Amino acid sequence: MPYQEEFLLRAYRSMRTIREFEERCIAEFMGGNVPGFVHASNGQEAIAVAACIDLSDSDIIGSTHRGHGHCIAKGCDIGGMMKEIMGRSTGLCKGKGGSMHIADIDKGMLGANAIVGGGPPLVNGAALASKTLGTKNVALSFNGDGSANQGTAMEAMNMAVVLQLPHVFIYENNGYAEGTAANYGLGCDSLTDRNAGFGMPAECVDGNDFFATYEAIKVATQRARDGGGPTSIEAKCVRFDGHFIGDPQLYRGKDEVKNARKNQDCLKIFRDRVIKEGWLKAAAMNAIDKEIKAEIEQAVADGLAAPHPDPATDLMSDVYCSY
Amino acid sequence: MTNNSNNAQVTGKTSIKTYRDAINDAIREEMRRDPTVIVLGEEVSGGAGCDGEDDAYGGVFGVTKGLMPEFGRERVIDTPISEAAIIGAAAGAANNGLRPIAELMFFDFIGVSFDQIFNQAAKFRYMFGGKSKTPMVIRGTVGGGWRAGAQHSSMLHSIVTHIAGLKVVMPSNAYDAKGLMVQAIRDDDPVIFLEHKVMYDNECEVPDEQYAIPFGEAAFPRQGKDVTIVAISNMVTHAIAAADILAQEGISCDVIDPRTVSPMDDEAILESVEVTGRLVVVDEGNPRCGLASDIAGIVAEKGFHSLRAPIRTVTAPHTPVPFAPELEDAYLPNVDKVLAAVREVLGA
Repeated sequence: MPYQEEFLLRAYRSMRTIREFEERCIAEFMGGNVPGFVHASNGQEAIAVAACIDLSDSDIIGSTHRGHGHCIAKGCDIGGMMKEIMGRSTGLCKGKGGSMHIADIDKGMLGANAIVGGGPPLVNGAALASKTLGTKNVALSFNGDGSANQGTAMEAMNMAVVLQLPHVFIYENNGYAEGTAANYGLGCDSLTDRNAGFGMPAECVDGNDFFATYEAIKVATQRARDGGGPTSIEAKCVRFDGHFIGDPQLYRGKDEVKNARKNQDCLKIFRDRVIKEGWLKAAAMNAIDKEIKAEIEQAVADGLAAPHPDPATDLMSDVYCSY
Repeated sequence: MTNNSNNAQVTGKTSIKTYRDAINDAIREEMRRDPTVIVLGEEVSGGAGCDGEDDAYGGVFGVTKGLMPEFGRERVIDTPISEAAIIGAAAGAANNGLRPIAELMFFDFIGVSFDQIFNQAAKFRYMFGGKSKTPMVIRGTVGGGWRAGAQHSSMLHSIVTHIAGLKVVMPSNAYDAKGLMVQAIRDDDPVIFLEHKVMYDNECEVPDEQYAIPFGEAAFPRQGKDVTIVAISNMVTHAIAAADILAQEGISCDVIDPRTVSPMDDEAILESVEVTGRLVVVDEGNPRCGLASDIAGIVAEKGFHSLRAPIRTVTAPHTPVPFAPELEDAYLPNVDKVLAAVREVLGA
């Protein structure tokens, strides 16, 4: 068996946690318990987990507005995340950040980001620190297909090549930049070919296939750790929900999401594979499903019971001067 | 539902319209009148290259809905997510015969595109010795109240007001939004047109015909003699509400909505303070180097002898916009804060 059972169970648990977390976020948002804008990543779980499963807390990731899955895969506390998304004072960012700005520096999670293309230059900085300090840490940026067209992303890729930074650029290509087709916004046929043009290895994988994604990112991460510079990994995937929760998604074809949930669900694909190969038993995964349901239930209950911030003390904290 | 403007009554048919639809009307009519007017930005139509419906968004707030079906994708252009390229294309096209209306979905995205605005578009007219004109409009949504977090809620009008060469427009109601948008499109300089996202559904009576409101002319939604309240954008709503409460207590407030903050109707403010001797400025921006301190500075310099009490400003504190509802509510100026400031300058 090419993978340890413990590894497979951990991967499955992480993906299932993301799925359950996102689905509950959608329900809680619809129920009025989550303020603001929320962008769910259900459907894209395999990429987050494949990228983060081998990382340590001192390796760095930078995320996007669709960042819950990256946080969970990197080991952020789901209770603290749920509280943050609900705007509670015991959330990961004391309720000051919200869904689009969850960060947990102790876990090497540099932050979700509400500016498309805001992340990759910052992740270059984390990679530069690693290179300069000789820590051997790697830095991974998660990017959408939309952010590939930002100047910031292209500048960051070029600089990462020039400086040979330990930065793995992961492009989650879910086919949509918000409500516009990814291939409308991309002037060439292949994002991977374009990224290769910056002078780094670039690979395109099926992001619904955990194993293919894991193997590609593993090579890229090792290369970065060994001083071999950056890599671009484009992982093609499916966004099960809208650009934001509540998006009517008029731009999507009839039955598109229904068919994707049936045929391109990365969790189902994982389960089918490990059962077929005889690597894991369905019962073990079903037990995990049950445990996670309870964990998320608890996270929601704890979130709803958590204290709200107190404007008298919390509005003007974390500042270095007050006006 | 009456409009809060002081414009000459427009004869002809009027309708109750939202802020959103008033802006849409202005753009649509100008596009019909002038084939050089184009719209470009992210999701200004939506659904480009997709299997589902076209014009799926019409802008994420629906302001440009219906324009693409009428004018086609040649004139209503969905772009990649590339704000610097969007603004640069608008500026370059404006130098070359078009009148582009570029959208920054959230004005916070100005950061990605700022060079093209302040080093490029804003400077062309002066730097090229008056030989270049740049008739472009940059639309953006501003402001808090949506629980949208620090990077989607900023009030960055003071930053663009600081820059010579930009005109900055901040309508507070549907009537003004339409007239100011018409003026913005017809104007030969770069205009920053800032729409407060909590106001899109606000309605008032709006003429069906096209009309332009000149820049630099304040509106006077309430007139009074005891205290001057200057407010902008959504803060006008709070200023009016405060004035109406105070009116019942026998305190009459002169509420001034500058409507455009560059150019700004300094005269209207100074004339009012000459009568009232008291000034409160309400601004949702951060307090330092902001519009409120700018207006206070103008009055302190040019109207000092009219003042009978220190000027008070009501602004957001010097922090990013917090996410949690309790914190965001405490962050934003509101009616109670305006009332407290007015009572303070009155010594009441």
